[in-house]
Amino acid sequence: MYATYHDTNNRLNIQVYNRCAGIRYCGVNCPYKVRHFNWFDPDFPEPLNEQLNPDVTVRRRGIMEKCSFCIQRIRRARAEARAEGMALDTSAVQPACVQTCPTGALVFGNLDEPESPVAQLARSPRAYVLLEELGTEPSIFYLKRGESYVPYG
Amino acid sequence: MSLMGRVKDWAGVGAPPVETHEKVDYSDSLMYDPRPPEELNHMVLEAMQRTGREYWIVVAVLATVALVAYLGAWLYMILSGTGVTGLSRPNYWGVFIASFIFWIGISHAGTFISAILRVFKAEFRLPITRAAEMMTSASLLVAASFLGIHVGRVWVSYWILPYPNQRGLWPNYHSPFLWDEMAIATYLVGSTLYLYLPLIPDLAMARDRLKGWRHKLYRAMSLGWRGTERQWHNLNSAIRIFSVVIIPVMFSVHTIVSWDLAMTKSLGWRSSIFAPYFIVGAVFSGLSAAITVLIIARSSMKLQYFIRNEHLGSLAKLVLVFSFVWTYFFFADFLTEWYGGDAAGHQILALQVSGQMAPFWYTMLFCNIVVPWLTLWNRRVRNSPIALLLITLAINVGMFLERYIIVTGFLRRNHLPFNWGDYSPSVVEISIAVGALATFLLLYALLSRLVPLIPVWEVREGQLARSLRRVGRAKLKTMTELEE
Repeated sequence: MYATYHDTNNRLNIQVYNRCAGIRYCGVNCPYKVRHFNWFDPDFPEPLNEQLNPDVTVRRRGIMEKCSFCIQRIRRARAEARAEGMALDTSAVQPACVQTCPTGALVFGNLDEPESPVAQLARSPRAYVLLEELGTEPSIFYLKRGESYVPYG
Repeated sequence: MSLMGRVKDWAGVGAPPVETHEKVDYSDSLMYDPRPPEELNHMVLEAMQRTGREYWIVVAVLATVALVAYLGAWLYMILSGTGVTGLSRPNYWGVFIASFIFWIGISHAGTFISAILRVFKAEFRLPITRAAEMMTSASLLVAASFLGIHVGRVWVSYWILPYPNQRGLWPNYHSPFLWDEMAIATYLVGSTLYLYLPLIPDLAMARDRLKGWRHKLYRAMSLGWRGTERQWHNLNSAIRIFSVVIIPVMFSVHTIVSWDLAMTKSLGWRSSIFAPYFIVGAVFSGLSAAITVLIIARSSMKLQYFIRNEHLGSLAKLVLVFSFVWTYFFFADFLTEWYGGDAAGHQILALQVSGQMAPFWYTMLFCNIVVPWLTLWNRRVRNSPIALLLITLAINVGMFLERYIIVTGFLRRNHLPFNWGDYSPSVVEISIAVGALATFLLLYALLSRLVPLIPVWEVREGQLARSLRRVGRAKLKTMTELEE
């Protein structure tokens, strides 16, 4: 049903919540086990429901979910760029976690733009990926401690 | 009657099978012990209509268990959420998938006994084909239900089915789960047709001899069978084609079920022999379950004339052979992981050999290897229904544990240690798994009183082809090849 699929343009594994029937095959398959399942209906009592993001549906029970890299922000930026007839400025798009991270530990960007900060970091000798040997071609790079600081931005 | 006597009577030891005054000895081979055709018909029809008080008590108990433990627990799970199971990340699959694989495995017995042994013209299959095929259909229904039980949102589970729809969304053909559905659907349709085809002459036989609602039912189901030469010719061609075609379908089913696991990137599920390993295990457990069911059906329906110890013994020999083959595959699979030298993979083996899965693992080895190897080589054991009943039940416990270990034991450990997690089934899961067994038995009990359990015409055909000839003082068993 293409509830989960790999979006080759954005290099993202997409989860489409309303298509998911909850077989949990993707969760078994995922070598990183980053997928989480909604075992019960979510419960947000009165004031807490105010924190919910109006751009994102609340997942009901029986649905698999994972980090979408704030796909709603990426999609909106793309749609706005297309409406204005301009190329997408990838540096303007940030997932919420990157935006709020006070120490700048997280960097998000387009790996296909060689000069983007994220592509530069991915090329640095400090960069490594997890479980590459499984052929997953991961797009997430971690940075280990290193001698040289690679400046960006 | 003493308790032991009752147990013996129930297991069909020395119980008089039909209402005859003289003592009947069934030590002879069925094929060389012919009876008049009308007597055969009578025995089978009698068995089919044997619905005494005990039968209805058993049906009522099974129906209650099925309703409460199976449907009731399922409904509770649907209403409250999949979280009432013991599942959690990373154990996304549990008892339900293990049960699914187990019941699919049971379904292999029918096709194996009826199609493969038919192609090889094994004589002992004749009276037991239908009883085994009915197991196939009943257990496939139970297995298919586990796909619905397992999913998180059963109310949208029809989205998974590949059929043209206005949603404009096709299922993902990359997923082995979809291949699985197609294989199971094909197998369910194919095996039901294959059960139905050889049934037609027997249904017509029942139609001609019974009255009331049964007459109406069998008249509709026998499709106007009159037993003309042309009809026999067509039926035999259809059965011949089906018995060959259904074999690859049967192999495809458990192959793809094994690929559900082996195509993932999970640890432990990665040896390339998974498909034959699963098929052998399926036939192993299926044949054992067939023996169990045959022993129970034989004594409860008084079918001692048709189902004799020779048939159970032949099946038991096959079980022993499949135990050998299963052990080989089990060891080969273990060896792959063991020699793989992967530290994370070794964690899974450690879990089985000395960890939390050890009680299950050693029970499995005991039931699947020690029990059959130590007993089934012995003719006296093979001729004892009580012993066979216990052995086959043990083997099925072992095979269920094998599925349980492969599905749930292997998921607990994966490549990244911070993702490890343990699992134990909740009451709801155990209840549904037990309820599924009751549902299977209920389906079988009902089916056994609706259609003739013995293919009378095939038995008769086999008896016609064989005769004892007296040559001097010796009796020679002779057999004629029937042409048609």
